[in-house]
Amino acid sequence: MSEDVPEAIELLPPSEPVHLLDPDGTYHEDPDHPLDLDDGQLRELYRLMVVTRKVDREAINLQRQGQLGVYASCMGQEAAQVGSAYALTAADWIFPSYRELGAALVREVDAVGLLQLYRGTWLSDHDPYVHNFGLMSIPIGTQALHATGFAMGARFEDNPLVTMVYFGDGGTSEGDPHEAMTFAGVFKAPVIFFVQNNQYAISVPLKRQTAAPTLAHKAVGYGLPGYRCDGNDVLATYAVTRKAVERARSGEGPAFIEALTYRMEAHTTSDDPTRYRSKEELEEAAKTDPIARMRNYLTQRDLYDDTFENEVDEQAKDTATTVRAGIYDAPHGDPMELFEHVYRDPSGYFEEQRERLRAELAGGEG
Amino acid sequence: MAVTLAQAINAALADAMEADDRVLMFGEDVGRLGGVFRVTDGLQARFGEQRCFDTPLAESGIVGTAIGLAMYGWRPIAEMQFDGFTYPAFEQIVSHLAKMPNRSRGTVKLPVTIRIPYGGGIGAVEHHSESPEAYWAHTAGLKVMTPGTPEDGYSMMRAAIADDDPVIFMEPKRRYWMKSEAELPVETEPPRQAVVRREGTDATLVCYGPMVRTALEAAEAADDEGWSLEVLDLRSLAPLDTAALIDSVERTGRVIVIHEAAMTLGLGAEVAARIQERAFYHLESPVLRVTGFDTPYPPAKLEEYWLPDVDRILDAVERSLRY
Ligand SMILES: Cc1ncc(C[n+]2csc(CCOP(=O)(O)OP(=O)(O)O)c2C)c(N)n1
Repeated sequence: MSEDVPEAIELLPPSEPVHLLDPDGTYHEDPDHPLDLDDGQLRELYRLMVVTRKVDREAINLQRQGQLGVYASCMGQEAAQVGSAYALTAADWIFPSYRELGAALVREVDAVGLLQLYRGTWLSDHDPYVHNFGLMSIPIGTQALHATGFAMGARFEDNPLVTMVYFGDGGTSEGDPHEAMTFAGVFKAPVIFFVQNNQYAISVPLKRQTAAPTLAHKAVGYGLPGYRCDGNDVLATYAVTRKAVERARSGEGPAFIEALTYRMEAHTTSDDPTRYRSKEELEEAAKTDPIARMRNYLTQRDLYDDTFENEVDEQAKDTATTVRAGIYDAPHGDPMELFEHVYRDPSGYFEEQRERLRAELAGGEG
Repeated sequence: MAVTLAQAINAALADAMEADDRVLMFGEDVGRLGGVFRVTDGLQARFGEQRCFDTPLAESGIVGTAIGLAMYGWRPIAEMQFDGFTYPAFEQIVSHLAKMPNRSRGTVKLPVTIRIPYGGGIGAVEHHSESPEAYWAHTAGLKVMTPGTPEDGYSMMRAAIADDDPVIFMEPKRRYWMKSEAELPVETEPPRQAVVRREGTDATLVCYGPMVRTALEAAEAADDEGWSLEVLDLRSLAPLDTAALIDSVERTGRVIVIHEAAMTLGLGAEVAARIQERAFYHLESPVLRVTGFDTPYPPAKLEEYWLPDVDRILDAVERSLRY
């Protein structure tokens, strides 16, 4: 049987990741990724990254103080998250993993609600339909299918929204993202697979996850273009995502983006990274810090001065204080809510269990 | 006009899709082919390729995208081609489909129906005769239904699709060709109600799905022995109709639970537990189980030795009566 094999060249990732800003803030023009951001938006990207880092730090502190059971920091990944989320419109949907504080803050999702999962109060405490921001998803990569199904559903009725799913380098080894890319390709679902390659899945380094030339190459097998960008360069993550989003919105289908970044903190607050990476490696990574880089760029463009600095710091502090106040000594969940939203029309047997707990709580016989 | 179980389910799918244009039907080979058992026959031709479509061959993908489609606002019906191939979708079903309404504190609703042809008795090759219902029944957040008659095939399927909770709809594949004189559409009892298929006074046969007919045959045969057996069709495996079980035990005092699934931790264990919990003093003898053995499902030529049949049921009835 003869068949026409389409050119895969266009799907292949470029040899170099898209990179617009050097660590010292020098900007490189790229005709394929023109910047469409005004001064206010450039400052906004910076502000969002600073607020993210501050709230992230606050969350780590809250864990140390026993207020959160555990927390997965996104320190070092602010540009990857803020730039990509900023490239979406409010109508677009985000399906996060458990590390996407930065993307959540772009969407103005209440961090206090989000952190309830880590506090152990509720499994989630934000309504996904308010900010079009899905529930945090802990089983690795599984949310890729929800983003794909959602995008298929939008496309079925010509709704122009796009969905974006976040997962990690480890997640690219799981089955679900691959099934998701298969479905997305076949149905031309407007979904962006945004992979934050932060080099580690807990302790396991990238080279143990794959023998593929890059993670973005994986997309090609499903008919998706694989893009790569410097994940610590907020202008690059924004520009590359923007392009993929517009492409998806215009009906050209899904895309895969690999953002090269580095997880500066432990995997979670329960992890001890000294067992698997060196101080030297960490010091090297710190030199590529996304926030310093954007500050350097803004300074060069005369967009960074004391007034702006103070304003951003104030806002970061305010947000962190609000989060702290919201979490600190917040009451535990109501045990009676265990029985809520399990079934719309619970059975008698289920109701008896509910009553048993109620009686126990009331100090009755139980 | 006689209608088979497969035709009744097909009619329910068609009527539901006609009644609500948010209902979607998808899975492997469900479109042009109409499903390997023809349960989706004609749906694509009638409702178009967007309402009834073939998916890539990936069960986790089918259930995972069904969740996304439901979050968006569709009412997906997803077919798993065979019982033994639901396992790739286990994580999506257990970790997301079952939990999301609860973990979202009610903000996400997932009106998803997963159709699964299940059970043995058709001489199928390995992995095509499994009875995985206990996994789903054990999982909080899922409803599990299984029809034992064509009438229920129609009515329970309509109820499953209309339900805003996720429903696992187990279709007894060896009964797909079972006929009845049902007039469709038909509305039977609500799915969560167990139904007495045959009244009796000496013992109760508790059964569901493919074993309903076997139990009825056993009850017929028992007549010749002078035993009057009641046949209780559970219909819903989650939730279980505890009241109907107790009611029947109060009449007969003896219970034999029958299912194809292996014995250990099968539905029979739960039925027995609830009966001893609530009707201990009404029992004249221990609750017995007639089930598949605790072995992997056998090759086709040996399945007759594995599957519960009339003789095994009658043996158990005799043991119960002689106790
Ligand atoms: C299916 C599954 N297997 C194992 C785990 C335990 N686990 C949690 S996070 C993690 C590493 C994930 O790494 P990666 O996908 O690179 O994302 P990152 O945490 O670096 O953001 C593991 C193994 C899990 N949550 N889900």
